[in-house]
Amino acid sequence: MPRTLMKGNEVIGAAAIRAGCRAFFGYPITPQTELPEYMAAQLPKVGGVFVQAESEIAAINMVYGASGSGARVMTSSSSPGIALKQEGISYIAGAELPCVIVNVMRGGPGLGGIQPSQSDYFQATRGGGNGDYRLLVYAPASLQELADLVQIAFDKADYYRNPVMVLADGMLGQMMEPVEFRDDLPRMELPAKDFAATGTMGERAPRVINSLYLKPEELEEHIHRLFAKYEAMKVNEPLVETVGLEGAEIVVVAYGTTARIVRSAMATLAEEGIHIGLIRPITLFPYPMGVFETLPDSVRQLLVVEMSMGQMIDDVRIANEGRLPISFVGRTGGMVPTPALVAERVRELLGATAVGGATEGSGATAYQGVGTGSTTGGAR
Amino acid sequence: MRTEKCILAGFGGQGIMLMGQLLAQAALDDGLEVSWLPSYGPEMRGGTANCSVIISPEPIPSPVIAHDATSLIVMNLPSMEKFVPDVVPGGFVLVNSSLIEEKVTRSHVEAIYVPCNEIAQELGNAKMTNMVMMGAFVEVTKCVRPESVLGALEHKLGERKAHLMDGNRAAFARGAECAVAARA
Amino acid sequence: MSVVFAPTIGLRPRETHYCPGCTHGLIHRLVGEVLDELGVLGRTVGVAPVGCSVLAYDYFNCDMHEAAHGRAPAVATGIKRVLPDRIVFTYQGDGDLASIGTGEIVHAAHRSENITVIFVNNAIYGMTGGQMAPTTLIGQRTTTTPGGRDAALTGYPMRMSEMLAQIPGATYVERVSVHSPVYVRKAKKAIRRAFEVQVAGKGFSLVEVLSSCPTNWGLEPAAALDWIKDAMIPIYPLGVLRTPDDPPAYLTAVQPQSDGGAVAGSGMPPATGVVGGDSRGAVPKEGEGSAD
Repeated sequence: MPRTLMKGNEVIGAAAIRAGCRAFFGYPITPQTELPEYMAAQLPKVGGVFVQAESEIAAINMVYGASGSGARVMTSSSSPGIALKQEGISYIAGAELPCVIVNVMRGGPGLGGIQPSQSDYFQATRGGGNGDYRLLVYAPASLQELADLVQIAFDKADYYRNPVMVLADGMLGQMMEPVEFRDDLPRMELPAKDFAATGTMGERAPRVINSLYLKPEELEEHIHRLFAKYEAMKVNEPLVETVGLEGAEIVVVAYGTTARIVRSAMATLAEEGIHIGLIRPITLFPYPMGVFETLPDSVRQLLVVEMSMGQMIDDVRIANEGRLPISFVGRTGGMVPTPALVAERVRELLGATAVGGATEGSGATAYQGVGTGSTTGGAR
Repeated sequence: MRTEKCILAGFGGQGIMLMGQLLAQAALDDGLEVSWLPSYGPEMRGGTANCSVIISPEPIPSPVIAHDATSLIVMNLPSMEKFVPDVVPGGFVLVNSSLIEEKVTRSHVEAIYVPCNEIAQELGNAKMTNMVMMGAFVEVTKCVRPESVLGALEHKLGERKAHLMDGNRAAFARGAECAVAARA
Repeated sequence: MSVVFAPTIGLRPRETHYCPGCTHGLIHRLVGEVLDELGVLGRTVGVAPVGCSVLAYDYFNCDMHEAAHGRAPAVATGIKRVLPDRIVFTYQGDGDLASIGTGEIVHAAHRSENITVIFVNNAIYGMTGGQMAPTTLIGQRTTTTPGGRDAALTGYPMRMSEMLAQIPGATYVERVSVHSPVYVRKAKKAIRRAFEVQVAGKGFSLVEVLSSCPTNWGLEPAAALDWIKDAMIPIYPLGVLRTPDDPPAYLTAVQPQSDGGAVAGSGMPPATGVVGGDSRGAVPKEGEGSAD
């Protein structure tokens, strides 16, 4: 297919429909509103349903009903709206229902702002809802990756019977880039939806979509079953892009659009003869822990860059297991860090040692899926 | 070619976002990499509007233009005041002189003054103001092929508004001529 | 020998957890009988609430979804929209529907979702042990109104059916009671009619059933039934509040025009040109000056 110039929020909608999503429940909130608008216009054309819900809470509960009825279903929102959806997300995870939830992040806490942010990392990876559950979380950095990952997310949701979150930010939602809807995306063999409560038709025992287990021993067993899935995700699903790790003294860890800003900083620094590496997690849960265990000996320190006060830094600490010193630089509240800010921090960290590492520019790009998980194709 | 980092700015209703999108589409049609990033916020109709377009033969890392614009289009005075400092030395500033009487006072940038509104009105359609500017911009920066911009517009207008193409083509050409004359 | 009384196939053959004298079981039975008699049981999907009837999914002999507290109408919306030929109902108590779920029930009615709502009003929170509900009567003692409900502090009993009946999309709304056999029969007729409205595709139907809670009212079962009659019905009068035959006058006043606008002077905004927005940070689109 030829590459088309599209807006991020519309890319999400188009990718979802291509992936067979036929139900969308949403509520307007900046900066994701083009997505429900797109779905309102496009879903009816393919026999799908769109409902503008009265609230994000209602929307996520409509998702619960539609998913429990066997539909491929999605909802989207931005940070404060995702906060409202947490109740339903927890229930959906508890009832083991598949769905895709898109968060086009904006600044917080509270009403916050409407400019791009990455301050919902905790909310996405630690869960804002109650109970022992996890979401599979994808963090695309380009619209091409957004198009790919949204489609893959639906398969993963069905495969694991678990909500999958696509964590974008206002920049990704609002910007336009060329996108190709590829026909060669990895497809999974999926289990039949024999859980769906669609009416017995008098032919089988009633099915119940439920997250209530009043007997603690049963609830514990249920949670163990959930966690067996999360352990499988940890083995099969981590995705990460690494750039120029070999010979780098400093490796930057950044995800989403921030990683692109870091790439610009890398180019600037390369012109000065400073070579740094980049680890870009593409899944935030499961976190690509493995890549931190196999860093080249040249790496002396890690620098985390985020559009937040530093939330992913906790996972970097866990992955690093105390091996290397970790620093942080970022902007928050909707302020976007500049390549200059990142470059300056790198120079600062290198300090008196001046030029470190190789004098080449960023090395070959390895866009790898860790474990046996599927990759989503070439680097941006 | 070098990487073109262009900020387009003006007030809502001047077709700023559309100009950026036409430029982006033209770049895509020319086989280049491109990103289009709008400002978004609670701006009212008639308030300020701007977008950033980056065009490059290479994949584009950051879509944000951070004080390193290679070119700037300003369609009103507040935009000029806000964005001229973001242009790198040697960069271009294209000024809609119909609405901006002030001159660019900064050195090391090349200012090109184009009376976009006047030219569009002369041609009989004030809505073509942005296409006059596009003509001048493409003439100066040469970052995309002129045919590609016009092709993108033709596609955007569709069959229903195809009759508007002649006027827009003329507007685009007049903008280019004006830029040539201004730099001569 | 003819069978004069038998379990309904609409319910699963199991004991319920309801307290002695509670009328939830009876209301379950009426719903089950109606689903069976209408021949729709096999294609029915129910939604259970949070509250005393949280385990209703174990009792109805059809596919069920267990919703979060108050969200049953939203869950039912999700089900009905993707399975429009199924019969979808919610079964909700007064805490679920009239307190935490007011948004969901109002908007399901507002969209005229083609679902049926069984709203069980017993004027108290039962499962959590007898706290005030929005429907608790003035002066009624609950664990959170130990001196009796005081309107000055907690407002008056909320009449959900009257409120919902004002919504254009609420096709059928009726309040019934189950305090005596005559009223039980009337209640069943109402429930039947509500499901018939759905089967006919006419939109949102709701039956409010006044129900007893001997345990938390502190009354013997028979006295509790009397309390429905003597204390509740005067505040919650029985009867049909909306039928498909009597849409509110202001609805008939609005005749959609072919261009999507509304008749001038109808008091309703035109259907076009209205832009929804996010009150938490609206972003009006830039007024695009196209190149035409």
